[in-house]
Amino acid sequence: MSVKVYVSRDAAALALGADETAAALVAAAQAAGTAMQLVRVGSRGMVWLEPLVEVEVAGKRIGYGPVAAADVPALVGAGLFSGADHKLRLGVVDELPYIAKQERLTFARVGLIDPVDVDQYLAHGGYAGLKRALTLTGAQVVQEVTDSGLRGRGGAAFPTGIKWKTVLDQPAGQKYVVCNADEGDSGTFSDRMLMEGDPFTLIEGMTIAGIAVGATQGYIYLRAEYPHAAAALNEAIAVAKQRGYLGRDVLGSGKAFELEVRMGAGAYICGEETSLLESLEGKRAEVRFRPPLPAIKGLFGQPTIINNVISLASLPVIIEKGAQFYRDFGLGRSRGTLPIQLAGNIRHGGLVEKAFGVTLRELLYDFGGGSASGRPIRAVQVGGPLGAYIPEKDFDVQLDYEAFTAIGALVGHGGIVAFDDTVDMAKMARYAMEFCAIESCGKCTPCRIGSTRGVEVMDRIMKGGPERAADLRLLEDLCDTMQYGSLCGLGGMTPFPVTSALKHFPEDFVRNR
Amino acid sequence: MDALIARFAGLQGPLLPLLHAVQDELGFIPRAAVARIAEGLNLSRAEVHGVVSFYHYFREHPPGRHVLRLCRAEACQAVGCEATEAHAKRTLGIDYEGTTADGQFTLEPAYCLGNCAAGPSLMIDDKLFGRVTPARLDELLAARKVRQ
Repeated sequence: MSVKVYVSRDAAALALGADETAAALVAAAQAAGTAMQLVRVGSRGMVWLEPLVEVEVAGKRIGYGPVAAADVPALVGAGLFSGADHKLRLGVVDELPYIAKQERLTFARVGLIDPVDVDQYLAHGGYAGLKRALTLTGAQVVQEVTDSGLRGRGGAAFPTGIKWKTVLDQPAGQKYVVCNADEGDSGTFSDRMLMEGDPFTLIEGMTIAGIAVGATQGYIYLRAEYPHAAAALNEAIAVAKQRGYLGRDVLGSGKAFELEVRMGAGAYICGEETSLLESLEGKRAEVRFRPPLPAIKGLFGQPTIINNVISLASLPVIIEKGAQFYRDFGLGRSRGTLPIQLAGNIRHGGLVEKAFGVTLRELLYDFGGGSASGRPIRAVQVGGPLGAYIPEKDFDVQLDYEAFTAIGALVGHGGIVAFDDTVDMAKMARYAMEFCAIESCGKCTPCRIGSTRGVEVMDRIMKGGPERAADLRLLEDLCDTMQYGSLCGLGGMTPFPVTSALKHFPEDFVRNR
Repeated sequence: MDALIARFAGLQGPLLPLLHAVQDELGFIPRAAVARIAEGLNLSRAEVHGVVSFYHYFREHPPGRHVLRLCRAEACQAVGCEATEAHAKRTLGIDYEGTTADGQFTLEPAYCLGNCAAGPSLMIDDKLFGRVTPARLDELLAARKVRQ
């Protein structure tokens, strides 16, 4: 009888030494004469506990963490393999409040299974969605997606079903499904965790999309900064092909769906869907004018579904359990769950999947445990570098697309970056402009020139002097031009962090440096 | 080069995969390769150069033995990546996009490495590191520095 031990292969766990810990476990088990079966899994999402070691005892997984390689010999000596007590012992992982309080639909399997073992995927309910989809017509699948209330999880929150309906209604011919895996927003890593921890869920979701609208080719456009995700996806795709889940005849249905991973090359703008399509076509990733919509003329001029990783990975559960099951989570027009990422200066950073309606305060304090530095949290940025800075007075707003819009903020991709009271908000405003200047595709003037002028005016404001009042007016004017005059969200939303910082933290803009 | 071009020419949208393959092979995209790629894919040299120069990831000059990509995005700023950044520049004696005189290290900025709950983050070649303080950076550099 061998003992089963689980260690993550997620990039965040590797970055904290999970490989070294795994190697130490192998050596220690050998030295102790214990037959150990080491399973490399995705991450549970409790990043502060990585490297997390889980030992299966009487059908339950007992966690220890964080376990550095140097801790392993003593831990094994204390009885790790039988789940014995130790100062690093956390208890049954599924019962830890951080996990127990979540509603994991999209991330149901992440951290539990070997990401590239399709049999484990099947044993945990995998491919039930695709199997049901194959018994429905394309129109029925699209209707189910519409009824679920799913909105684009990449940040734009456009109803996924409506996008699909448009593609479905285009005349038969070459259509594409493109997955936007260019997760460039700071503070976000749910796409990466899903792709590394449960790639078959994304593959299944894309296959459902392809079969629903009659698209036979899918592409996952993955950012170059994610080599581990690329490896996991390519490994899983090869297995899916071999087992008949991808290819010319998906599960004997007579329907074809092929899938390929394409690597980006370090351009934030490729998260914008039309520039992503340009990039896939092998061009400079300059934003396209819309219309035409990608759903009508997308990749290579053909009708294209383009969705974020989390949107596509939410489909298997929606189709398996039905639209009603999914829309029973959430509130108002924000249905279902959102994988939220707690990042930056936060004690218990990681991934929390919750139904819409949870408040920032619950996320930052009940889950996050406050700041990592122990100082008060002064501001959070939600939704990446184009998201507004939110002050403490708004921490009780419920996570909901419309409620966030009402306070001038956005939910975006669900990344929350916490800052303590040492943050200089004028510097953050300057950085927002600098980032836009670095990443602008250059096609439209407000973004290309405006961002550089923004950095210059912020430099003057921070330095101080008699012109400051005029410069602050100029900054607001510039933000107005960028917001209303830019072609896409990069130039159009860069003003959000700038003006929100100015509105909520004006004291930081009148201090000489 | 010809073998690489032949391998990718049949793909839809072959240019980025081909450029990746060239950079994986050589560490950068030499000027001479641009002409060959243009010819092989029936593009103009301007089109290929335009793509190479657009994307931050593609390099037109050879890098050092190790490439350090240091995240300077908001989540890492919230946990003090500027201190690590300043230390890296001072220790290596180079700015971003620079390579040390001994050809060992190239320093590049990254705008999010997806490790935002355990920053400051650093990628050395394809290996990711979290909570990289100046002291941790010194250890990582020392482990990779080749004695002259």
